[in-house]
Amino acid sequence: MDFTFSEDQLLFQESVRDFLVNEVTPEKIRESWESETGRSPELWAQLAELGLTGITVPEALGGLGMSALDFVLLAQECGYVALPEPLVHTALVAVPLLTDIGGELAAQWLPKIASGEARVVVGLSQNLLVEDAHTADLILLQQGDDIHALTPGQFNLRHNESVDPSRKLYAVEATASNIVCSDVAVITACLNRGALGNAAQALGLAQRMVDLAVQYTSERNQFGKPIGSFQAVKHHMANVAVQLEYAKAPVHRAAYAVANDLNSASENVSHAKVVACEAANLAAKNCIQVHGAMGYTWEVDLHIFMKKAWALANSWGDAGFHKNRINDFILRADTPLGAGNTFLN
Amino acid sequence: MDLNYTEQQNAFRQEVKTWLAANAPAQPLQSFDTAEGFQQHRDWEAKLNEGRWGMVTWPEELGGRACDLIEWLIFEEEYYRARAPLRVNQNGIFLLGPTLMEYGTEEQKARILPKMANGEEVWSQGWSEPNAGSDMAAIRAKAELQGDKYIINGQKTWSTRAVWADWCFGMFRTDPDSERHRGLTFILVPLNTPGITVRPIPQLDGLPGFAEIFFDNVEVSVDNRLGGEGEGWAVAMATAGFERGLMLRSPARFQETARRLVELYRENQASADADPSIKNAVLRAYMDAESYCLTTYQTACRINKGGKIGAESSTNKIFWSELDQAMHATAMSILGARAELLPHAPDAAGVGTWLDGWLFAQSGPIYAGTNEIQRNIIAERMLGMPR
Repeated sequence: MDFTFSEDQLLFQESVRDFLVNEVTPEKIRESWESETGRSPELWAQLAELGLTGITVPEALGGLGMSALDFVLLAQECGYVALPEPLVHTALVAVPLLTDIGGELAAQWLPKIASGEARVVVGLSQNLLVEDAHTADLILLQQGDDIHALTPGQFNLRHNESVDPSRKLYAVEATASNIVCSDVAVITACLNRGALGNAAQALGLAQRMVDLAVQYTSERNQFGKPIGSFQAVKHHMANVAVQLEYAKAPVHRAAYAVANDLNSASENVSHAKVVACEAANLAAKNCIQVHGAMGYTWEVDLHIFMKKAWALANSWGDAGFHKNRINDFILRADTPLGAGNTFLN
Repeated sequence: MDLNYTEQQNAFRQEVKTWLAANAPAQPLQSFDTAEGFQQHRDWEAKLNEGRWGMVTWPEELGGRACDLIEWLIFEEEYYRARAPLRVNQNGIFLLGPTLMEYGTEEQKARILPKMANGEEVWSQGWSEPNAGSDMAAIRAKAELQGDKYIINGQKTWSTRAVWADWCFGMFRTDPDSERHRGLTFILVPLNTPGITVRPIPQLDGLPGFAEIFFDNVEVSVDNRLGGEGEGWAVAMATAGFERGLMLRSPARFQETARRLVELYRENQASADADPSIKNAVLRAYMDAESYCLTTYQTACRINKGGKIGAESSTNKIFWSELDQAMHATAMSILGARAELLPHAPDAAGVGTWLDGWLFAQSGPIYAGTNEIQRNIIAERMLGMPR
């Protein structure tokens, strides 16, 4: 039993955090809102250079061959900076799906993803809309029980604006048919990875909102002292800290289950998704409160993170979907519940 | 990361399970807040100790098994699964014992720990005073050193288990001119010493689970001082550290409550679903108990590998105490009109022990530092907010 990350994993997290915090500043994100695609080819090239776009691509196909467990800490860091680029989607959703499908398709696209030349996105039936379809060179789109691989010219897009200006969402209408996968288990695993990605980002988003709020309430004075010294303000923040602290291990456990393809992966992911997104939602609620009117403005950076947290809470399966999966699990007659069963798979 | 138990850990679990199956009482003992129940629980501690299961994390020469924290968690899982009795000497074995090992002299350890381990001496706490509750540094009960004795005068209150316990440990002001957390000394006091009056205080369930202790010129040998004179605050802080907290309320306890809650919901689903919030609350209980378990394992593994406990451990008490309250509140909602009935009431079919648990759950957010004090600690020490 070793529920810790390795030195290497922690060091990788640290170096990616340093890179992201320097490169993906709130100013840059605001700039991206004004650009045509909302995406930065330069940043994507940098991420590819660091090996991040191909982090989960098998080594034989030009990637780093890492797992969801290696990536989960990095996904938290992507959340921490509210990275607009679809790195989490690429590493946790698109690449593993292509790898599962295998064959020609994987051999053709995975090296290009690793090199940063191509962008591939996935839209499952569980997703209302497809993330980042506008810059995709390939869309893996679920229709009924099948996944179709579609290239530009084989689909029409309808843009839907999100409350989070960084999110680029599209209704995708297929104009061609190209079935590449009909395996239910593969599609479920893909959905789980998408939800895991949201959960991990939610942890980072929550931490960022806490950091912003602690900083703000330490500097803002009323009644002759920092408002952060008042218990009413402290307790708002402490409540977030408690929820956040207890959401981390479930996310890491889910990443382990996904990486090792455990039978418990669906329950573990749903648990992680629910508690991590709830922690981020509570962070949003309490952090805007302690910012006062400043928190309600476009100018203060809090909303960059708050809006992403709201959006992630209901994509890749909303709370109802994930709670129902856990509910079905705990009410099944043969499910071993209680002490000593947490690590049975 | 490897979330599989080792063969050795599995074998250990099997050994715990086998011993408990053969030795744990088939019927629940009476409450340890009754004279008879207290003795039953004391006997159970002796039996545990005979099997070397009393404190598995203690060193072998003290009757333990030198287990690490993962083995401790495994032991607890099997202990709660077997519905073995609550630990009447928890103040001793979980809180004072580890502190003694850190701060005690060899003489003190040899004199005190074996009798603590076998239940011969049961311990109570003497922290709070009428005017020193959340503000523990306001302690006024004084101990005056005269020769080789302390003369203690003053009052302690909310002393858990003090009614039938043999000893009490606590902090006393040894420097009369001192203020706040300076000038306090940690002293162990035999409760049969002349000058001590113990006045039981009935708790919500009507039983005297705690007491006031009055000290009137009580003479205690200086050999019973733990740590140096004036170092009481540091010793007390060690007593309240994370690992002690983990031992006091391990995840297994709440996972078993969550499991029973799911069962209760299943058995009463038709009526329970009349309140649509119940289903969500049951789900919440399961998830939160699992989160508590996962987080504890993660922390325990980090400590096993030489990591340090950070300020984040102060979130622990809020999480489990609110979880316990929420789970019992949900059970009460499921039981509906039966929830208020005492278990022996003629029409109380199926109420189990939920009411008792509900009453006890009210104390969780209050004892061991109120949750408001915990929130202050989290905000200041973990998040770095201004004082």
